[in-house]
Parts: sequence; C-alpha cells; structure tokens
Amino acid sequence: MTALPTGTAKRRTPRNRGGGWIGKVMFHALMLGIAAIFLLPFWWMLISAFKNNADIFSLDITWWPDPVRWENVVALFTRPDFPFLRQFGNSVFYAGMVTLGTVLSCSVAAYSFACLRWKGRDAVFALTIGTLLIPAIVTFLPTYIVFARMGLVGTYWPLIAPAFLGEAFYIFMMRQFFLGVPRELIDAARLDGAAEFRIFWQIVLPQAQTALVVVALFSIVYTWHEFFGPLIYLNDRNDYPLSVGLFTFRTQRAVEWPITMMGSLFTALPLIVMFLFTRRLFREGLATSSLK
Amino acid sequence: MTSTPAPSLRRRRSGRSEALAGWLFALPWLVKLGLLTLLPLVATIAMGFMTMPITGMPRWVGMANYDQMFADPAFLKSAQNSLMFAFISVPIKLVLALGLALLLHRARALAGFYQTVFYLPFLMPAVAGSIVFILLLTPGAGPVNLALEGLGLDPPDWLRDPQAALWTLVLISIWPLGVETLVFLGGLQNIPKDVNEAAELDSPRSWHRLVWITMPLITPMILFNLVIGIISSFQIFVQALVIGGTEGQPAQSTLMFMVVIYRTAFRYFNLGYAAALSTMLFLAVLAVTVLVFWSARRWVHYEGDTT
Repeated sequence: MTALPTGTAKRRTPRNRGGGWIGKVMFHALMLGIAAIFLLPFWWMLISAFKNNADIFSLDITWWPDPVRWENVVALFTRPDFPFLRQFGNSVFYAGMVTLGTVLSCSVAAYSFACLRWKGRDAVFALTIGTLLIPAIVTFLPTYIVFARMGLVGTYWPLIAPAFLGEAFYIFMMRQFFLGVPRELIDAARLDGAAEFRIFWQIVLPQAQTALVVVALFSIVYTWHEFFGPLIYLNDRNDYPLSVGLFTFRTQRAVEWPITMMGSLFTALPLIVMFLFTRRLFREGLATSSLK
Repeated sequence: MTSTPAPSLRRRRSGRSEALAGWLFALPWLVKLGLLTLLPLVATIAMGFMTMPITGMPRWVGMANYDQMFADPAFLKSAQNSLMFAFISVPIKLVLALGLALLLHRARALAGFYQTVFYLPFLMPAVAGSIVFILLLTPGAGPVNLALEGLGLDPPDWLRDPQAALWTLVLISIWPLGVETLVFLGGLQNIPKDVNEAAELDSPRSWHRLVWITMPLITPMILFNLVIGIISSFQIFVQALVIGGTEGQPAQSTLMFMVVIYRTAFRYFNLGYAAALSTMLFLAVLAVTVLVFWSARRWVHYEGDTT
C-alpha cells in the first residue's frame, strides 16, 4: 500500500440493485431513524438547557421548551458557584498550549522518524508505538509524585509542559503523512547543501500542512475532553477546565438540571462547530492513521 | 515503504550528518520516552513493592501490596466489573460500528450528513455525555423509558438497579462509535472495485459476499478497532465516575478498576497500593493485547501480505 493520504481517493461502486425508489426510500428511512437515535442526546441536552426543573420533570414529554428560558444562559454565565466563563477560558488556554506544544514537538520527531536515516531509528519508533499500550495511570503515578515534590501541583505546568516533548500517537500520525512527501525532493535539497533544519522547515512542513492541521484538531478535541490530569493536578474551582468544572458542579448541585445542561451544551458546542467546518480533515486523519 | 536510494557516494558523505540530525530532531521525544514514559513505568512497578507516602521516605514491603490485593473486595469486584464491561461493550460497539459502516458505504445521497451525525457523539466530552444520559434515563424526565413502554417493554431502573447499571455504562460508552465506524468505512472504501465486481458474479447472495469477501478484506480494521477498544474499555473512568461516583453506586455495580486506582491514590493517598493495582492493569492490557495480536496471525488478512 502507498503511504499517501488515502482519504481523498474514494472508490465508489455503482450499486443499482436493491430495486428502484422503494428500496431507496426504505434505506433512507432506516438511516434517518438511526440518525435520530444518535442525535437524541444532543436534542435532549439542548431543550433541557432552556427549560426549568419543573418543565424537565413534567409528566408529559415535551420536545420543545415552552417557554424558552433564555435566562438560563445568563444564569450559567453569572453563577458565583460555577465560574463558567473563567473555566471556559482555562479550557481554551489548556487546549491551545497543549496543541501548540504537540504540533511543534511531534512534527520534529515525526520528521526524524520519516525522513532521516539513523541507527536504531526503527527500533525507537517501534518502542514509541509500543508505549501506546501502556495505560496512562501507570506513568502517571510516579510523575505525579515528582511534580508534587517540585511544588507544581495546582498549576498547569504538569499538564502542559510534557506536550512540548511529543506524544506517541501524534508522532505516528504525522509520520504517516510525512512518508508521503516525495523522497526526491528531500534528496535534491540535500544535494544543494541545505541544512537539515531548512529542509524540514522549508520543504517538508509546507508539504505536510494538512498533517499539522489534522494533528492540531485532534489535539484540541482530546485536550478539551481531558479529565483525569486536571482532576488530579488542579484543586481550585477557578483553575479547572470545563470538563472538571462541569463534573464538580454536577457533583455539588445534582438537582440543578437546567444549568448543568446549559453547561454541557456550551462545553460541547465549540468542538461541534469546529468539527462542522473541518469534517474532511478529521476523516483524512482517521484514514491515514488506521490504514497502515 | 519504498524510497529511492540517493546516489551512493552522496549517501556516504551525508550519512553521518543525517544521523546526527536524526538524533537531534528526535531528542525531545527521546527525553519524554525515557524520562516520562519508560522510567515511570519501571518506577510504578517498583512502587508496587513499597509503601509510598506523598512526603517522607518510601519503604520496601515486598509482596504485601499484592497479598492485600487478593483479599481486597474492591479489587476483586472492580476487576470483575471492568472485565465484564470490556467483554460486553467492545463486541457490541464493533458490531454496531461495522453495521453502520456497511450502511454508510451504501449511502449515496446524504452520505456526508449521515457520517457527520454518527461522528458527532465522539465530540461530546465524556462528562457532558454521561450527564445527559443520566437525564435521558431518569424515569419521568427522559424519553427513553417512555419509548420503551410505548413498545410494550418494561424499562429497567437504569441508574438505581445494580443489575442494570453496568448496561447503562455500556450504553453511554457505545454512543460515541463514530471513530470506529469511520475506520471501518475507510476499509470498505479501499476494497478494489474489481474485487467487488468479481464477487458479485461469483456469489449472488449478499450475505455470502459479506462473510467471505468483504470481512476478510477489512480484518486489519477489525484488529485495529479491537485492540483500541479493549485497551480503552479496560481504562473506562469518566463515565463510571459520573454515574457511580467513587463508590460505584449502586451497590458497587459500576465500580471500575480505574475508579479504584483513582480513589486509592488520590483519596486514600495509598500510592504504593495504587501502583500495584496499576501494574496489574498494565499486565492485563499487555496480556490481552499479546493474545489478540497472536491470534491475529490466524484471522487477519493483509493485502499482498507485505507491508
């Protein structure tokens, strides 16, 4: 198999069996039914965010909030016991910094694994892939003790700094993209006497822009979701990212469903909007990393 | 991978500097691989034989943590729960994802829309997703029970019945199956057209084609999804914590292995015991992965047999 990004090369089998328009209608009815099931939790989150508790627990199921309680939005943003905007900002900062570090460090490492020949490279790369099997908690405990003794618990340092050294999965992903950069291009530049860093910066990276964006997108999503690290390392409500903030609010105020749902909605929304604008890239990333 | 060799004279001269550059470019990652991955792995295994106060000196206790483990009901219960969860959720998730992928592969009109819809749940942070499911499954507040009653079924008490709560976790964790689905879909779309056409002539029944032609060709994707599914299901944490808290309510039925490690380390600050538990988790993941890859030689078909 070629190592070129595969997502774009779609082969479509013409299929005209299954008979005419009745088959088509039944097929789409089935698909829309399944789609509705998958969308139900989103819809329920959305409408519950604009109800009050009484509406949510009213005996007849309503599919649309009546009245639409816009004041829930204001309530979410102004509650003293749920610093939502602050936590939103924390999430943006956290995801942004981790993503910056990840893209920088992983592109450098992936270039080394994909385009440079050095002794032991393939063994180190195999080891890198192997570390994906290690459950996160296994490396987490000793690292936590070290960070704790350094007095860094309660700060974002333990959560962000390691990202600037690389992350096995994204190195793997980027390497797959870099392997698609024509070898001749690199060798030609080398014959011209270009330094390795210039080859990386001016030739390989521009060819692999898609890879950088794809890795950045995945990193944003995963960091936005990240729960265990912030839960352990941070201990002030004002420092939490949204994942832990929402969890904490829910634990303390389990009965306040409208605010919890509004919080969930605004936690999920940025990722959904981002995804809708970059769907193609997500698919490409998946295609490249799974079809070895 | 094929790469055209550069002229050999040139290679010999640039080899040294290329190797040096290779090490330099890999250096940040090598630091992390060594100091933040492999060293902690060794440290955790060692800590499993110690008592480990957050401050103060660790003390070697030999096998004491492991002796304690096999008499610890929380360990036994959570290991059992996590295995159950993995053996239930992974097959269901894979079968559903494959089914959806086959359907998506047929879709022409609206294909992009369907793909987006099936992928969306993956974007929902697990905390938010779990909370929404609690509401959906709460009798009187969510539509799920009503729909089941409408179908003449007797809905379980999803969140309070110990018999049902594990299935609730399964339900919550299979909702985001977009990644697995798209991986399968990629595999289906990569099947060469002529293979399908030949197969249609050969075997007119679509079930036969699915089992004998399509399935073998996507076994690499099945392996990929299976390995990732097992590894991640052994480590389920967020959903379990939201549904059951640190006690695995109701009646320890959602007490997962990671929850026990979490509370041992960061509630009870018993880091030595937590390290021993983590080591067990690592060994379990390792054993199952080795087993799956070993069995894969028998059932995974690689295109051209060389990669």
